[in-house]
Amino acid sequence: MSKEWPLWEIFIRGQHGLSHRHVGSLHAPDAEMALKNARDVYTRRNEGMSIWVVESNKITAFDPDTAEQNFAAPKSKVYRHPSFFEIPDDVGAM
Amino acid sequence: MYAQLVETGAAETSEKDREFQAKIDRGVRIEANDWMPEGYRKTLIRQIGQHAHSEIVGQLPEGNWITRAPSLQRKAILLAKVQDEAGHGLYLYCAAETLGISRDEMTAQLLAGKAKYSSIFNYPTLTWADIGAVGWLVDGAAIMNQVPLQRCSYGPYSRAMIRICKEESFHQRQGFDIMRQLCQGTEDQKAMAQDALNRWWWPSLMMFGPSDKDSVHSEQSMKWGIKQNTNDELRQKFVDQTVPQAEWLGLTVPDPDLAWNEDKGGYDFGEPDWTEFYEVLKGNGPCNRDRLAARNKAWDDGAWYRDGLTAHAEKQQTIAAE
Amino acid sequence: MDPLVTFCLRMGDTTLILGQQTAAWCGHAPVLEEDIAFANMGLDLIGQTQLWYEIAAQTEGKGRTPDDLAFFRTERQFLNAQLVERPNVDFAHALMRQYLFDAWHLPMQEALCESGFESIHDLAQKSVKEVRYHIDRSRDLIVRLGDGSEESRAKMQGALDALWPYAADLMATDEVEETLAAQGVLPGLDRVRTAFEAETAATMSRATLEIPGTGHARIGGRTGIHTETMGYILAEMQSIPRSFPDARW
Repeated sequence: MSKEWPLWEIFIRGQHGLSHRHVGSLHAPDAEMALKNARDVYTRRNEGMSIWVVESNKITAFDPDTAEQNFAAPKSKVYRHPSFFEIPDDVGAM
Repeated sequence: MYAQLVETGAAETSEKDREFQAKIDRGVRIEANDWMPEGYRKTLIRQIGQHAHSEIVGQLPEGNWITRAPSLQRKAILLAKVQDEAGHGLYLYCAAETLGISRDEMTAQLLAGKAKYSSIFNYPTLTWADIGAVGWLVDGAAIMNQVPLQRCSYGPYSRAMIRICKEESFHQRQGFDIMRQLCQGTEDQKAMAQDALNRWWWPSLMMFGPSDKDSVHSEQSMKWGIKQNTNDELRQKFVDQTVPQAEWLGLTVPDPDLAWNEDKGGYDFGEPDWTEFYEVLKGNGPCNRDRLAARNKAWDDGAWYRDGLTAHAEKQQTIAAE
Repeated sequence: MDPLVTFCLRMGDTTLILGQQTAAWCGHAPVLEEDIAFANMGLDLIGQTQLWYEIAAQTEGKGRTPDDLAFFRTERQFLNAQLVERPNVDFAHALMRQYLFDAWHLPMQEALCESGFESIHDLAQKSVKEVRYHIDRSRDLIVRLGDGSEESRAKMQGALDALWPYAADLMATDEVEETLAAQGVLPGLDRVRTAFEAETAATMSRATLEIPGTGHARIGGRTGIHTETMGYILAEMQSIPRSFPDARW
């Protein structure tokens, strides 16, 4: 079997002002072709203003088993939440 | 319907398995790197794979008629639909790849006849009216199956399904519109439409898979949030939705046992020929060999293209490194 | 025939036949990404065809529709360039045919952006964006596959050898274009040939491919003289409307 093309993750900004969103992946021999293919595959209905491609194996992520230590909001530090403080109404919007 | 004959088997019940089930019961999506039971992973690879293969092979019966579409508008619409199917196959292969199998491996399984795809695509499109019937009935059945899959427990599959469902709505409408035009047309056109319905009705019912009482164990699939409704539930829903549409078109559904049942608030209908269904799945349908031959040819004839692009990319990498 | 109608048919017939040939690849291309890309090009070409045919039909004023023009004219009435009717021998031929067409189509549409005829001017403004995208893709693939593996280079060279002689038909002009230029409908078209030659020379050089020597240019499509494949293309494309001439689809 011949060599498989690498996998690329595709991120698209649909409209000015929005950030790029991960929309899926595709195979291509290099970054330039990944870009061209992404345009055909993921913006067929004029959904894109900007496209980023990243080779899938270049993405670094937290191990899901460590999610608890990395993402749990420390319950004691409630003062980070706006509802912790009571602002008198006559101060105005805050 | 993409899980036609996918057997999940019984699950283990370790602590991790129970935590996993609890997650699913809470409606939390499972993502690619999360721990999952081997059975869950295997079932999904097979189901998503079958779904992807169905989209790819599904390009062929309709692609057949692009060059013969009878107007410029119909040609463009059909081409756009078949293009969507290629795109859907691509999204689904990518979802399956998150589970640890490569697209090329899945393609090899399909081409070797080792992987299944939906039975419906082994039937031939013999006239232009078939294109209408396929859009109306086959896409109608597919949508019925796909909408609930948007809530599937596996994140990448559920997101692929959301994307697919957004694009799918025009597929059924274009098929129905073709039928409408034919049924409101000349005597020849009306006859063409009725003939297409006669040939596509029963295979469409079979798309939903065997009767629940004859089905492989899919309870585990339902517990894991991979399968949302039973075969019979979906089939009943499809008949109830489609029969009035056929009546609107002025066509006769080719089922002498079809009758409205006031008590159940739905139609009673005849039993599909399950012998035919199993024969088609085994590879003995009208088009199985042709479909696989076409996909093998595309793959083999395209090897020089894929390898040529790889060679160029490697040359550029070498130059860049120097 | 009114020169404007003739010109629109020369353009629309070319985009139609190429669109027809391109669309045939959906489901049969080497990778899914190409099935999608070829379908994309096919859709753009069919869209452009409809625009050209609308101008032709309106100018002609005989009540014909774009579908009448597509499905009820015969081989000798079609005015597409011979290049686009050359068969889908393999994917290399499809890619080379597309690139040679794009290399002419881009400067042609850019020139048409200067047309004094409003409908053509508007059509060109819209199409030129599509064509820029097409050539970006097709040129890139010629270079990658020409300068790819030994096998891919051989395939691309074979396709170039077979198709180059027919590219001349894209640029064959006569008193039709001269008349329209005098009327301000078309600018001078010499720049199109110059641009085509520069574009193809540069690309083939980067692709390590050799352009065949000139001297065997195949022309005639613009006056309804085609190659043997044209009859088969029309027979397939027109079969249903012709079988049911009273039907609407």
